[in-house]
Amino acid sequence: MKNAYESLLGGKQGAIGLLVLAVLILVVFPLALDSFRLSMVGKYLTYAFVAVGLVLCWGYGGILSLGQGIFFGLGGYCMAMFLKLEASDPESTKIQSTPGIPDFMDWNQITELPMMWQPFHSFSFTLLAVLAVPTLLALVIGIAMFKRRVGDVYFSIVTQAIAAILTILIIGQQGLTGGVNGITDLRTLNGWDIRDDSSKLILYFVNAALLIGCVLLGRFVLTSKLGRLLMAMRDKEERVRFSGYDVASFKIFVFCLAAAFSAIGGAMFALQVGFMSPSFVGIVPSIEMVIFAAVGGRMSLLGAVYGTLLVSFGKTYFSESFPELWLYLMGGLFIVVVMYFPNGLAGLWESHGRKWLSRFALGNKVFGQSVVKARVMSPVKVATPQPSRELETTP
Amino acid sequence: MDVSLSEFGAIAIMQGFNGLSVFCVLLLMALGLAIIFGQMGVINMAHGEFLTVGAYTTYVISSLTLQYFPAMQPYYFFFAIIAAFVIAGALGWLVESLMISKLYHRPLDTLLATWGLSLVMQQAFRSIFGAREVGAEMPAWIMGSWAPSEAIDIPRNGLFVMGLTLLCTVTIFLMLYRSRWGLQVRATMQNRVMSRAVGINTKKVDRMTFALGCGVAGVAGAAFTTIGSTGPTAGSLYIVDTFLTVVFGGAASLVGTIASAFSIAQAQSLMEFFLSGSMAKVLTLSAVILILMVRPQGLFSSKVRK
Repeated sequence: MKNAYESLLGGKQGAIGLLVLAVLILVVFPLALDSFRLSMVGKYLTYAFVAVGLVLCWGYGGILSLGQGIFFGLGGYCMAMFLKLEASDPESTKIQSTPGIPDFMDWNQITELPMMWQPFHSFSFTLLAVLAVPTLLALVIGIAMFKRRVGDVYFSIVTQAIAAILTILIIGQQGLTGGVNGITDLRTLNGWDIRDDSSKLILYFVNAALLIGCVLLGRFVLTSKLGRLLMAMRDKEERVRFSGYDVASFKIFVFCLAAAFSAIGGAMFALQVGFMSPSFVGIVPSIEMVIFAAVGGRMSLLGAVYGTLLVSFGKTYFSESFPELWLYLMGGLFIVVVMYFPNGLAGLWESHGRKWLSRFALGNKVFGQSVVKARVMSPVKVATPQPSRELETTP
Repeated sequence: MDVSLSEFGAIAIMQGFNGLSVFCVLLLMALGLAIIFGQMGVINMAHGEFLTVGAYTTYVISSLTLQYFPAMQPYYFFFAIIAAFVIAGALGWLVESLMISKLYHRPLDTLLATWGLSLVMQQAFRSIFGAREVGAEMPAWIMGSWAPSEAIDIPRNGLFVMGLTLLCTVTIFLMLYRSRWGLQVRATMQNRVMSRAVGINTKKVDRMTFALGCGVAGVAGAAFTTIGSTGPTAGSLYIVDTFLTVVFGGAASLVGTIASAFSIAQAQSLMEFFLSGSMAKVLTLSAVILILMVRPQGLFSSKVRK
């Protein structure tokens, strides 16, 4: 019991942090926001899955993937394909020249449901595919890149290129994927209408619970020996390798885990928002998700959730009110965070917020402890300049 | 198909030329990145925006000439190229001193910060020049085409870009491999501490290298205006292609960059003849990634003992 408390919740401080987040998204938001704003928060929380995954693989593992949108998108598309098939039963599509197939296929003169779509009639297959397809892709990419000891910068560029390829492919194959509009007009899940307010509320809670589950799982991984190895690898990869660990396998694992988290987020996105389109797959959304994690704090699972909420709120607010300013703000925020606050909000909280809070509430006793804790977590490499090491792979 | 042999030959020549001009644009864009990323190891995600800076500079100069010195119109393009180089280079110098120089020991963070920069620059273009695409007024001698025989029709702007690319490549090659400055650059990139010890001002070398790379991107942007119109996001569309080109060629190898730009461009324009444009692009990029998986160091890599 004690063990589970330590590893899942991360001790007292971790438990309090998690509790605050859980109360915020499970109680405060549903009570305080109207259904429109709440579904917006629900949408943002689906991005938080990706950010949490990025904390694992980027913050701790040192693997910056610029293609998390791939996995978010694949998860979302798997779910959307199932929902679309359900929405296009022969009865409701009888005005088409071929009833029973999704409307965009009909517009593209396709007369028969393609092979790729067939298995998505089954809900259990879809659930499996949501997790398996992105994770397997991550496994393939991971094996190909990490077993060959591709450097981290190269990895970022290749993942970005894969995101670009996937977007072009989805947009190009209009008959199969709905093209640039994506898969729209999703209505029911096994006969249950997902569009009315009550079902949206239920989906919001499912989403929030899954997110907290992912955070817990992330905590579990990070507090285990694997988490320590990840950090060791990030800071001195060669030394870990020489100690006899198979560095590539750990990297592959954490990359796959992050991909699976993103896929869950994507599937929940399709369920909550009711469509899926290539604009959530490509380079720009992928980097935006990195921003979420960077602003929230690349070393903090909870910080990533707050970062996602904050940046997304900011984006919605500013792009509604001052569309001109938004990109300046977003770009500027990103430059400032990366250059001056590499640990994001969570880092600021560790260094200032907690100090302030403990002085406020508990006196100066706890204060010394938290500083020590912050130092143990010390995230950003203060590496000595190593000019071209990052660029070369071991011959 | 009742295509005679000579017609087929003409098509092949024109398609081959098409591939060559794609190659030139790609190479011109990749050259700047080959200096910044290949030599310095800085991942500049805003590289595409420096290209856009060059394109907009050309546009502004063309409008100014048209308004104030219409007689100069046929020759303005040469000034535009120089101005594009200077302005983009100066901007790069500024960016290096304010931003990049603080991030050399954190390469992944450079990537993120420069991406933020690219967002800011894109919005700045939009605020200044509007969201609509603009086109520079081209002098008459660039437009039109050259027809050596009846069936063959080669656009002159393609030839011009080709000449410019050749000039840039040769200049950069000479600067990097035949000049004292190039020696300093290569020394700094190989061993920064040692270079400093033998008296090279590595900070200055970094700044100049980055500025040069950005300047070359500006020239690419100027060349770009002869082919297409310029919008705020014109440069960012090519950033992935250019990065892949440099990575595929093998960073730190100028010959590799040329070879990879050539093979990527030819593969793409060849496949475009048979498939749709998007599929050709998908296949080319996938092939590049697959080859990179087998040979992560790229086509040409300098042998480094670690």
